[in-house]
Amino acid sequence: MSPNRLGEGEGAIRRERILSFTFDGKRYTGHPGDTLASALLAAGVRVVGRSFKYHRPRGILTAGSEEPNALVELRTGARREPNTRATVVELFDGLEALSQNRWPSLLVDFGAINSLLSPIFIAGFYYKTFMWPAAFWEKVYEPAIRRAAGLGRASLEADPDTYEKAHAFCDLLVVGGGPAGLAAALAAGRAGARVILCDEDFLLGGRLNGDRHEIDGKGGGHWARQIAEELASLPEVRVMTRITVFGAYDGNTFGALERVADHLPVPAAHQPRQRLWKIVARRTVLAAGALERPIVFGGNDRPGVMLASAVRTYVNRFRVTPGRRTAVFTTCDDGWKTVFDLLDARVDVPVVVDARREIPAALANEASRRGLRVMLGAQILDAHGAKGVGAIDVRDERGRTLRIAADALAVAGGWSPNAALSTHLGGRPQWSDAIHAHVPGDLPRGMIAVGGAAGDFSLAGALRAGAAAGLEAARAAGFEAPAQSPPRVDDEAVGCAPLWFVAGARGKAFVDPQHDVTIKDVAVATREGFQSAELLKRYTTLGMGTDQGKTSALNGHALVAALTGRAPSDLGTIASRPPYTPVAIGALAGMHRGAAFKPCRLTPSHRWAQSRGATFVDLGEWRRAKAFPLEGERDWKRTLVREVRGVRTGVGVCDVSTLGKIDVQGPDAGIFLDRVYANVMSSLPVGKARYGIMLREDGIVFDDGTVAHLAPGHFLLSTTSAHAVKVLQHLEHARQVLWPELDVQLASVTEQWAQFAVAGPRSRALLERLLRGAVDVSNAAFPYVACAEFQWQGRPARLFRISFSGELAYELAVPSTWGDATVRAIMTAGEDLGVVPYGMEALGTMRIEKGHLAGAELNGTTTAHDLGLGRMMSVQKDYIGRVLAGRPGLCAPDRPALIGVKPSRLDAKITAGAHFLRIGARPSLANDEGFVSSVTFSPTLGHWIGLGLLSGGPKRIGERVRAHDPLSGGDVEVEVEVVNPVFYDPDGKRLRD
Amino acid sequence: MRIECPFCGERDVSEFAYLGDAGYRRPPADSQGLAERFYEAVYLRENPAGPHQELWYHAAGCLSWLRVTRNTRTHEIIAVGLATQAPGS
Ligand SMILES: [Zn+2]
Repeated sequence: MSPNRLGEGEGAIRRERILSFTFDGKRYTGHPGDTLASALLAAGVRVVGRSFKYHRPRGILTAGSEEPNALVELRTGARREPNTRATVVELFDGLEALSQNRWPSLLVDFGAINSLLSPIFIAGFYYKTFMWPAAFWEKVYEPAIRRAAGLGRASLEADPDTYEKAHAFCDLLVVGGGPAGLAAALAAGRAGARVILCDEDFLLGGRLNGDRHEIDGKGGGHWARQIAEELASLPEVRVMTRITVFGAYDGNTFGALERVADHLPVPAAHQPRQRLWKIVARRTVLAAGALERPIVFGGNDRPGVMLASAVRTYVNRFRVTPGRRTAVFTTCDDGWKTVFDLLDARVDVPVVVDARREIPAALANEASRRGLRVMLGAQILDAHGAKGVGAIDVRDERGRTLRIAADALAVAGGWSPNAALSTHLGGRPQWSDAIHAHVPGDLPRGMIAVGGAAGDFSLAGALRAGAAAGLEAARAAGFEAPAQSPPRVDDEAVGCAPLWFVAGARGKAFVDPQHDVTIKDVAVATREGFQSAELLKRYTTLGMGTDQGKTSALNGHALVAALTGRAPSDLGTIASRPPYTPVAIGALAGMHRGAAFKPCRLTPSHRWAQSRGATFVDLGEWRRAKAFPLEGERDWKRTLVREVRGVRTGVGVCDVSTLGKIDVQGPDAGIFLDRVYANVMSSLPVGKARYGIMLREDGIVFDDGTVAHLAPGHFLLSTTSAHAVKVLQHLEHARQVLWPELDVQLASVTEQWAQFAVAGPRSRALLERLLRGAVDVSNAAFPYVACAEFQWQGRPARLFRISFSGELAYELAVPSTWGDATVRAIMTAGEDLGVVPYGMEALGTMRIEKGHLAGAELNGTTTAHDLGLGRMMSVQKDYIGRVLAGRPGLCAPDRPALIGVKPSRLDAKITAGAHFLRIGARPSLANDEGFVSSVTFSPTLGHWIGLGLLSGGPKRIGERVRAHDPLSGGDVEVEVEVVNPVFYDPDGKRLRD
Repeated sequence: MRIECPFCGERDVSEFAYLGDAGYRRPPADSQGLAERFYEAVYLRENPAGPHQELWYHAAGCLSWLRVTRNTRTHEIIAVGLATQAPGS
C-alpha cells in the first residue's frame, strides 16, 4: 500500500516492477529507481528515527547525502551497517532496514523523557553536568549516555565483502553530474580530452531530475540522458555514478568512493562492495551543485517538515508526496517552484508563507490565477503534531497568529554552494551578499567551480559556465576545442532574502537536528562567549556527526551573528575537511586485511622447509623457518636442543638469504667503504671478508655486517635483514649527495642470491663432497674469513668462511632460482654426516651463546663503545659518525654497555626486557641500571643466559644484580651474575680450525 | 603530492622517502671546530614556511636522491632536480 504515491506520470521509477522490503520488521513495497526514503514516504511512513539527545521522532528532511535525520541500520548480521542515509540508499528487493536510537520501539520511546530533562542537556552539557564527582563519569554517566545517545550499532562480525582500490588519471575531473557537470564533460569530451565525470547519485542529471526544466525544448531529465548517451560513446570519457568524490589532496589528487554493490542485496561473485579511487586530474570542474538551507522555527524537526527542493524531488522524480496538504514556507523565488509542482501533481497547498513583503509579479500573478492563499511578510512560528505535522502557526505581517491545518511543510531558506572540495586544501570560502552564503574563495590550482557550486543558481548560467570550463580544460590539455552554442533554456527567477530563524517560537526550534542543538543552546553558548564558528561547533556539537552540519551550520552562525549584532559573514566558516561523506574503514583498508595486510616474502628454501615440517615466524616482511621439529617432538625446547647440538657437534644448514646484500663496484669503492664504515675496509685483500659496523652521522650504531672483497673494485656487503632497505638508502645518500665525485655504483642483490649457512665441525667435510673441487675448502687454502667466487655446476657461486654460530662454518651463495635445489643438494651431501636443518630459534640461541649482536642490541640508541666495539672505530680516517660519536655524553663511562648475564640459581629463567637493579635497591627510574636485551635457554651450557646493557658494562663482570620484570606475571625478579657476553668459545678457536 | 622524478616521470608521493633540508653540508674533516660544526649540520636544519629545498629519495623507483623545491605551506612542488647536481643548477 502506497498512499502517498502519486498517480501515473513521468519520473524516474519503473512502476511495472515491485520491490519488497522491510523497515523495523514491517513489510512495504517500492519500485526500481526508488530510494529507501522515497519508498517509505510513498508508504506513508513519517517517523523514521529518533533524535540523538531528546529521542524526538524524526522524519526525512532531504533527498540527498546531506540528510541529518533519516539514518538507518541497513542489512543484518555481518553485513549490518549503521548510519546509512535512507535518502541515498537505493531500494532493492529484500532490503532490510531498522530505525536507530529507539527503545523499545520507534513510536513508543522511553528516552523521550530526556526531553523533559532538557535543561541538563543544554549547550556544553558534556563539560558542565558531568564534572563531579569524577568517578561517576566512568561508572554512571558515560554508560547511561552511550545507551541513550548512540548513532547506530556496528556489526561485530567480520565483514564478508571485499573492497578494492583503483587509480585513474585524466585531463579533466568533473565532480557532479548535474547540468553544469554534464555541459563541462561534454565540451571537454567532444574535444577529445580524457574526462572522468563522477556523480554520487545513481541517476545522472542532478536537479534536472528533481525539477521541471526545458532544455532545447525537451524535459531536463530527457536532456540529461541524451548527454549521458553521447558521453558514453566518447572513448576518452568515463562516466561514473554511485561515486562520491570525498576529498581533494595535494598534487591534483582526489579520493573517491564508488559504491559498486551497495545497491544489490549482496555483491555478485568476485565483485567488491566498494572501490576506493585515487584520481589524478590536470583540471577539475567542481559542479557539485548547492544545498538548500532550512529556516529554523518551533517544531521544525517534526516529521513532515522537509526542504522544499526535496519535496520537488520526491514529487517529480519519485512521484511521491510527503503529505496531501502540504504548506510551503519560503524566503526565495525557488520555493515557489515547489508550490506549482505540488499543485500540478494535484496536491493541496493550504497556504504559501513567504517571509518577503514583495515577490516578483510573475509569481504573484500565477498564484492569484491558481487561487492560492498567499501570506507575504509572514513567518511560521511553530509546527504542531506529536508524530508529525498536523498544523502550523503562522504570524502574519501585522503580527497576528493564526493556525492552519497541514500534514506536511516544505521549507525554502535559499541555497548555499556545495563547495566542500574547494576548502580541503586550505582555501577559505568568501561571503557573498548577493546569495547570502559563502562562495568558493581561493580554489586549489586547476580547479574551477561552476553552477550552483559557484553560487550561480540559474540553469542557463550552469550550462554556460560548465561548457566554458570544459572547453578551457580541453584547451589546457592541448586539444582544439571550438566553442559551441549553448542550449536554449528559459529564464528563471532566483531572488532570495535572508531568513535564518524565526524569533518568538514557543516549541523547541532545532538548528542542528542531528545533534539536537536548539536556538536556546546557541543562545547559551553565545552568552558564555563561544561566538566563533569553531568554538560554537565544539561547545554545542552543532555541525558534528555524519552530516557535518551541511544543512545546519550556516543557520547556526547567522543566529550567533544576530544575537551579537554582527553579520553572518563575521563569524568565519568552519574549514571543511575530507571526507565529504562518511567512508567505511573497510574501503580505506581495501585488500590489505588478514593475510594480505602486508607483503610476505618467502625465502628460496621455503618449499623445502615446508616439506620438512618446519614451523615459521614472520620477521619484518620475511617468513622464515623457526624450527624443524621431528615427528613427535612436541616441546620446542627439545627441538632447539637437538638443532643446536647438531650444529655444535656435527653440521647444520640454515637459510640466511634474508640478510641484505649490496653489490659495490667502481675504482673508488674502497674509499667509499672507508667513509661509510667505522673500521677500515680499503685494506681488505681480494678474497677476504671483514666484519664491519656502520654509524649514523650522530654517532649511534646503524647496522653491522660483513664486507667481502670479491675482485678488484668489487665488494659485496651484507646487512641485517631488518635494515637491508635502510642501509641501501643511506649508502645511496652518501654516494649521490655527500660524495658524488666518487666513482662507485651500488645495487641491491638481496633477491638475486640464495645463501645458506653450513655450520659445524663437519661442515668442511660436507662442502668437500658437495662442491667436488669447484673450490678448495681446506683450512690452508680457504681459512677463516676467506671468500671466493667460482663456477659450480655451470653456474656462478660464492663461498664465504664466516660464522654466526661460532663453529667452523661457511656460507654458500647461489642464484636464487637454484636455492631450492641447492639446499636439497646440501642435505643429500650431508646425509651420512647427520646434517640437521636449523631455524631461527637455534640461530638466535647460538648467536647469544657467542655474544653476537642483533636488533635488540643494535636498537638505535647504542654506540660502538656500548656494544664493546669501540676498538673498531678507526682513528686513521674520516667516516660517517666519527665526530659526533666523540661527544662526551656518548663516551660517558657509566653508559649502559654490553654484558652477559646468567642466573645465580641455574634453574631460574631470565626474561628479556627485565631491568637491572642493584641488590636491595627499590625499583624506580632513578635506580634503573639498564636492561636485559636478549635471552635464551642455552643447550650448550644447560641453563638460561642473556645479553644486556648494564651501566658500567664489562667493568662489573663478576657482580650480582637483580633483573626486575614487573610485566611478565611470573618471574618478577631474578638474581643474575654479570659475565662476559661471549659465553661459548671466547677465544674463537672453533672458528679457525 | 606528486613528484616529477627526472628519470621516472611524475609519481605519487608514496613512492618517495623524505629526508629533510637539502642545505645539509657535511663539514670537511680538516675544518676547525668540528664538533660544533657537525652538531649544527646534523641538528640545526631550516624549516621555513614557504619554498624549501628538500631531499627526497625515489625508494620505490630509480633510487635517485632528488633535490625538491616544495612550498611547505601549500605542498606545491616547484622544482625537482637530481641531488648529485649542485644546488641551484
Ligand atoms: Zn625515479
